[in-house]
Amino acid sequence: MASIGIPANQAPKLNYLNNGHSLKSWLLTTDHKRIALLYLISVTVFFFLGGFFAMLIRLELLTPQGDLMQADTYNKVFTMHGMIMVFFFLIPVVPAVLGNFLVPLMIGAKDLAFPRINLLSWYLYITGGMIFLHCMLTGGVDTGWTFYTPYSTAGTNTNIVEAGLAIFLAGFSSIFTGLNFIVTIHRMRAPGLTWDRLPLFIWANYATSLVMILGTPVIAITIVLVAVERLFHLGIFDPGLGGDPLLFQHLFWFYSHPAVYIMILPSMGVISELIACFARKRVFGYKFVALSSVAIAVFGFLVWAHHMFVAGISLYAAMIFSFLSFSVGVPSAVKVFNWTATLYKGSISYATPMLYAFGFIGLFTIGGLTGLMLATIGIDVHVTDTYFVVAHFHYVMVGGVLMGYLGGLHFWWPKMTGRMYPEAWAKLSALLVFVGFNLTFFPQFILGYVGMPRRYWQYPPEFQALNVLSTAGASILAVGYLLPMIYFVWSLRYGKIAEANPWSAAGLEWKTTSPPPTFNFDETPVVTWEAYNYDEIPPWERRAPVAR
Amino acid sequence: MASQVDALYIYLLVVAGIVTALVFIAVTVLAIKYRRVPGREAQPIEGSTSLEITWSIIPLFVMMTFFIWGAVIYFQERTPPADSTEVYVVAKQWMWKIEHMEGQREINELHVPTGQNIKLIMTSQDVIHSFFVPAFRIKQDVLPGRYTTFWFKATKPGHYHLFCAEYCGTQHSGMGGDIVVMEPQDYAQWMAGGTSAPLQDTGKQLFSALGCATCHRFDVQGRGPNLTGIYNKPVLLEDGRTVIADENYVRESILNPTAKIVNGFKPVMPAFQGIVSDEQLNALVAYVKSLSQPTTGTAVLQSQPATSPAEPQKMQVQ
Repeated sequence: MASIGIPANQAPKLNYLNNGHSLKSWLLTTDHKRIALLYLISVTVFFFLGGFFAMLIRLELLTPQGDLMQADTYNKVFTMHGMIMVFFFLIPVVPAVLGNFLVPLMIGAKDLAFPRINLLSWYLYITGGMIFLHCMLTGGVDTGWTFYTPYSTAGTNTNIVEAGLAIFLAGFSSIFTGLNFIVTIHRMRAPGLTWDRLPLFIWANYATSLVMILGTPVIAITIVLVAVERLFHLGIFDPGLGGDPLLFQHLFWFYSHPAVYIMILPSMGVISELIACFARKRVFGYKFVALSSVAIAVFGFLVWAHHMFVAGISLYAAMIFSFLSFSVGVPSAVKVFNWTATLYKGSISYATPMLYAFGFIGLFTIGGLTGLMLATIGIDVHVTDTYFVVAHFHYVMVGGVLMGYLGGLHFWWPKMTGRMYPEAWAKLSALLVFVGFNLTFFPQFILGYVGMPRRYWQYPPEFQALNVLSTAGASILAVGYLLPMIYFVWSLRYGKIAEANPWSAAGLEWKTTSPPPTFNFDETPVVTWEAYNYDEIPPWERRAPVAR
Repeated sequence: MASQVDALYIYLLVVAGIVTALVFIAVTVLAIKYRRVPGREAQPIEGSTSLEITWSIIPLFVMMTFFIWGAVIYFQERTPPADSTEVYVVAKQWMWKIEHMEGQREINELHVPTGQNIKLIMTSQDVIHSFFVPAFRIKQDVLPGRYTTFWFKATKPGHYHLFCAEYCGTQHSGMGGDIVVMEPQDYAQWMAGGTSAPLQDTGKQLFSALGCATCHRFDVQGRGPNLTGIYNKPVLLEDGRTVIADENYVRESILNPTAKIVNGFKPVMPAFQGIVSDEQLNALVAYVKSLSQPTTGTAVLQSQPATSPAEPQKMQVQ
């Protein structure tokens, strides 16, 4: 019988939160849990900023005419939305918040391998973020998040170099995080915690880290080349200077396609944890789910040119990249089937994190299948650069990544803060997010197939009805996202005190107190069991009632 | 083409619909059937390799049908039939400039007859644009510094949206227009309304005005290669490579002659980068291509593609 955590103690025990209250103790901390909270606050700020821009986009598109703002303003608004969400929210969100907090806890380590580099990661991220905010406040950028040349190097007079610098720094933050995770997972696992006993969240973060350190330097180089061409007129991408604009797209997507897996893989890891806990079972086909993460990370590097089927690449290159793109479909499908199979003969309860996991499976299935449609070249030629693509990647990025993140945040909130969130409100917000999300983005699939191009400030009137539906959905979605913001903050003071293991979950992170002490474990745990040994843990109704 | 794309799309929708329904039903049924009931515990199940293989292989096969069908359509979309009528397109921020071979020019409108294969030869004067006609289910990016092509056959008269689908700056969403599809007789009437000279004639004038004709002679071997009949033929370069003299090759050889020196000739031609506009280039390219047609009647010194590096006379556009 695995030992269950120490019951929550009302007496003020020293933990990572109350171990030092000064600003300095936070800003110069090397505790991975505190750094995770620094990230939590900063990505949340960027999320709501990016969300604000999303609302401006949806409001402008309520009517066919460009009437809420000028065309140039609109172009900047969707660029800010994309850049903030991709580089300052989606890429760091799960690894840097949940990963930072949980990787050492889940493997029974005191901290990450390089605690100071971990702090440096956050400072790089926040410096990049500040530079980006400065760029935004002094005029912004209007290239779209994709920076396509020669528009970005010769066509626009907005501040590309500053935005590039911001993303360059944020990229290094992600390289350092990846490096830290890889070394930590290799070197600092608790005795007995072999690779085939690792939680799937660790496997997912390990695969993600590989992509981070192998892919991110390429975007860094690309940004430098764009800056060099802009500042010194060296012909790299601009055909007017003797460069090749498609070279930029190859380099950009060589990173930015794998970056999609940087975003989604850690969330997939979260979903595996949630489903195991709330079905009270080991994840079906553990080995296949673990290896599918690695497979996605590897295949993800071989498919980048599927973003370029109409860009002017050769006929046969397009066919090869179409073929290879389907290779990512198999490990993704394997995950969905295994999660579904995990439910079989489980003992399933519907706490909020599980609702998010169900939502993830549904939305990711739709996002993945529409991805297969886009990999089918004959279809892609019609729907690429339309709202079909916009809908597809929001299903994966928001329907996937964000559902996983919110599910994980609810699940580990008691561990992170020592407080429970209000379950009824959380269920309501999960429902609003699911309904609002589908209403926002499903009409965009239709909109794209009937021909509405993306990044349009004004559009022909026949597209209006679907745009109105989408905007209506976005307002529901906004409420769904604001609610957790409110009740999470509320719970810090008024939430029920959480036990060490309120979900009766497996996993080393639940075997220490909530919140954990600074060095995580009073004694280094020794692991003698497989991951998700739920058959050895009593269901939680047999224990003290769960705080509500 | 549109109906073929739609047929494939419907197939994908049906497959995706079935898969989505199966996953949704499986999750819902399992989640309800195995909901937590006091006294009933979860049963540990490890997994099953045969199941894993099954649900990897079957999707893989289904995906291969997507791939093959999609690739077949794409192959057709990218292979213009030989009998296509050619139309040149120059994109710039934020308009589409159309030049018909007969000399008619249009802005943001393209008139075409039904039943005729149309091949667009497109380039951009500034940034990347994308020529997108939703009704034809096809789009193609339009790049500065090179040609891309796009072909279609319109079947039903009417006005169809033309959009720019690659973000190109302030008025990206205003960079649209109309594809006007007309019955052949209406089209002939519309075409007769123009007065300008055919594109290849403009090219011919440019060819002598810019001094091309002094070296690229049609009677005897000049300092530059004879251009008769080179279009779409293989050309041997001095580094031993063979390239096809397509539109992009001709274009590059005018703008930047030293990029691909043809075997047997010296790099003496001046670069025309920045000297000729995209419209003039199109006319020159159209003229060079017209030299390959049997009706040109010019003295043909050499009409066979260069095949052996030992021969002194080589097809060359330098």
